[in-house]
Amino acid sequence: MENTVHAIEFRNISKHFGSVIANNHVNLYVDHGVVMAILGENGSGKTSLMNMVAGIYYPDEGEIFVEGEKVTIKTPKDAFNYGVGMIHQHFKLIEVFTAAQNIVLGLEDEKMDMKLIASKVKDIASKYGFDIDPNKKIYDMSVSEKQTVEIIKVLYRGVDILILDEPTAVLTPQETEKLFNVLRSMREQGKTVIIITHKLNEVMEISDVVAVMRKGEHIKTVRTKETNPDALTEMMVGHQVTLDIERKTPVDIKPRITVADLSVRDNEGNFKLKDVGFIAYGGEILGIAGIAGSGQKELLESIAGLRRVATGSIIYSPEGRSTSNLVGKTPLEIREAGVAMAFVPEDRLGMGLVGGMGMTDNMMLRTWRSNKGMFVDRKEPKELAEVILNDLEVKTPSVEYPVRKLSGGNVQKVLVGREIASNPSVLMSAYAVRGLDINTSYTIYNLLSDQKDKGVAVIFVGEDLDVLLQLCDRIMVLNEGRVAGIVDARVASKEEIGLLMTKNMEEGVH
Amino acid sequence: MTAINHREKTPLIRISKRENMSIAGMLAVRIGAFVLAIVLGGLIFACLGTNPIEAYMQMINGSLGKASGIRQVVKIAVPLLTVALALAPCFKMKYWNIGAEGQITIGAICCSYFALYWYDKLPSFVLLIVMAIAAILGGGIWALIPALFKSRYNTNETLFTLMMNYIAIGIAAWLCGGPWEGKPGSQIIPMFNEKAVLPKIGGVHIGWIFALIFVVVMFIYMNYTKQGYEIAVLGESENTARYAGMNVSRIVLRTVFISGALSGFAGYMVASGTDMTLFSNVANNVGFTAITVCWLSQLNPFVMVIISALIAILSRGSSVLQTQLSIPSTISSIITGIILLCLLGCEFFINYEVSFRKKGEN
Repeated sequence: MENTVHAIEFRNISKHFGSVIANNHVNLYVDHGVVMAILGENGSGKTSLMNMVAGIYYPDEGEIFVEGEKVTIKTPKDAFNYGVGMIHQHFKLIEVFTAAQNIVLGLEDEKMDMKLIASKVKDIASKYGFDIDPNKKIYDMSVSEKQTVEIIKVLYRGVDILILDEPTAVLTPQETEKLFNVLRSMREQGKTVIIITHKLNEVMEISDVVAVMRKGEHIKTVRTKETNPDALTEMMVGHQVTLDIERKTPVDIKPRITVADLSVRDNEGNFKLKDVGFIAYGGEILGIAGIAGSGQKELLESIAGLRRVATGSIIYSPEGRSTSNLVGKTPLEIREAGVAMAFVPEDRLGMGLVGGMGMTDNMMLRTWRSNKGMFVDRKEPKELAEVILNDLEVKTPSVEYPVRKLSGGNVQKVLVGREIASNPSVLMSAYAVRGLDINTSYTIYNLLSDQKDKGVAVIFVGEDLDVLLQLCDRIMVLNEGRVAGIVDARVASKEEIGLLMTKNMEEGVH
Repeated sequence: MTAINHREKTPLIRISKRENMSIAGMLAVRIGAFVLAIVLGGLIFACLGTNPIEAYMQMINGSLGKASGIRQVVKIAVPLLTVALALAPCFKMKYWNIGAEGQITIGAICCSYFALYWYDKLPSFVLLIVMAIAAILGGGIWALIPALFKSRYNTNETLFTLMMNYIAIGIAAWLCGGPWEGKPGSQIIPMFNEKAVLPKIGGVHIGWIFALIFVVVMFIYMNYTKQGYEIAVLGESENTARYAGMNVSRIVLRTVFISGALSGFAGYMVASGTDMTLFSNVANNVGFTAITVCWLSQLNPFVMVIISALIAILSRGSSVLQTQLSIPSTISSIITGIILLCLLGCEFFINYEVSFRKKGEN
């Protein structure tokens, strides 16, 4: 047995989702009264590990100890009983209720004396330095206020161990600073705080210890004081793996898409892209790397005409014809302007395809307008569907079979096949191999490389740095909506990109 | 020992999603549901002391046994079928238009204006066409109002279209008792001049031919036209529609207008063909019953013909029961309700598989 009692200890924890291994024999412990950061890339198993102590998932294997006692946590309520509470990335609040009502929601023994509850909420708030109006309705609140409600909800239940999943992802720098002050005051009052993050600067700023995870495994736990961002990055991304992707040297490249000073805001007015500038050349693959949510989606959607651009320009330069600015044009206007743009979006069935339709009708998404008259022409789309079915070996009972029922890899083949069939001069893809098996992934890599060799400007948003480094010619790193750097993929290292992905871009982003 | 110590029993009844049921299987489930409904209805007749077989025979005789009965059935089925067709593109687009009731009423009001005040100025044929156009525009524009708010302010179309019904019916009631009232105090609008009444073919107003034409046209529109394709894509995913370069709000407005226009036309057929005047309850719940028809038919126009005929037979049969066996028509409404409930409920067994725990499993 251990000599010291840890706040939480995971022993040999594994969790699978189908064939995907989320956690693989994780051993990890958290001490009392510290702020611990769990650091890792997307999909490294940080959140699923924490969900197991919060009662969201149940481990397939292994044991969890809280305060030295072996526990079985099946529901969030069990977790609260052991003094563990988690603040999830997506808030779970009732919009039409007030803060106080949300806080006591689900507490069966609570007397519904709202005045008393409000004053208790106020007490908690002042103890840790929160700012909250217990009687404010959730729908009137900013994202940061909602987060405060979530945190107080957990504290109200008397937990000693708080887990926060990417708490700063939705906050402005000032709000982040405020949150960190609260976390520090919690630590001073003896609470244990676990913060899941992939931002190195935050790890350095707030944490006492940091546990690094990679591909479902716990790599190492170190004291923050005794490490540095470079060392953490190396632990996070691991050593380079050699893949076997054929990459030709680009010849005769010409600027195809020139983006300058591009800024995009979300509905709440926050910048999702800020002063982004780059050139995508015909005949090369431009990789785009970055932590999820760094503006990749917004960038591609802006180029495709699907998102309102705040400022900046996107210039399309076709061969032998005059250039045109794509900003302010709808997808239809972009196509009518003669821009042959193919786009494989991240959300395959929610944007790129219609799940309930078969391959034929999905082929029509690009061409249904092309014939004259009011009727659709299904002959050519059907022929195209059959060609794609044979060439890319799509496994489907027929070209009329709803694509929703196909496996992820086959869905992606349908989508990529259609986009390439449109003879594009620009091909954008977002997470083109996410969830695909190795063979299908290579099919997709080869299709993209072929397009590059044909002189197409390929923009490849990816998450696996090994792939980016070996498929692309250049890699642009996005970080909090800004260009952190553009590197030559033939000479850059994973660590270099990892640092660009996570370095602090804070100055001036408001 | 590992931490997995929660014992879970296999539940007694398990429900799982079913992907592909054969057409024969689906047919069997639906026929089974219909038979079940007939049996349950028979139980109710038996409780009332009526012989269920005799009651059902009376219903069939009264609705299909005589030419006059069939004519009544067709008269009931025509507006039901037309409005169900009108709702199909909206539902395909996942725009929940439950305002057909109001759109029918406004269509009837608009055509009634010309029937009442222009009959002496126009020849019959022209008058009927003008009335039709008025009803189409009236119903279409009435339906557009909530759609405009939806596309501009993202209001909830379900509530909005529902509320618009009460306004439309209120306007009709006001016209009946106010400006268009015939004899003072009668609360009734005078009968239309015969020039404003739809001609008859086979003993029923010509509307039944229109309705059958609409069936074919709507089937082609939904399945073979570019606009139908746009509706289908938009119904599945707005993002995909935008990605494919579709103008989302234009498609919504256009589709809703078509839907409202067709409902308005149904109002015209009822006012001019059946009632020959404007009643405030001209829509007579058709706008709501048509929703049931539409869903039972799974948006297939040809199936709508069968379902609306079935509902019309039930409705006609129930009024026969009232006169022949003095069974209150409220009882017949209950029977109709049971049949609809069984038919709608059986969809569950088509989409889901129910399996029981086998003996020996724990």
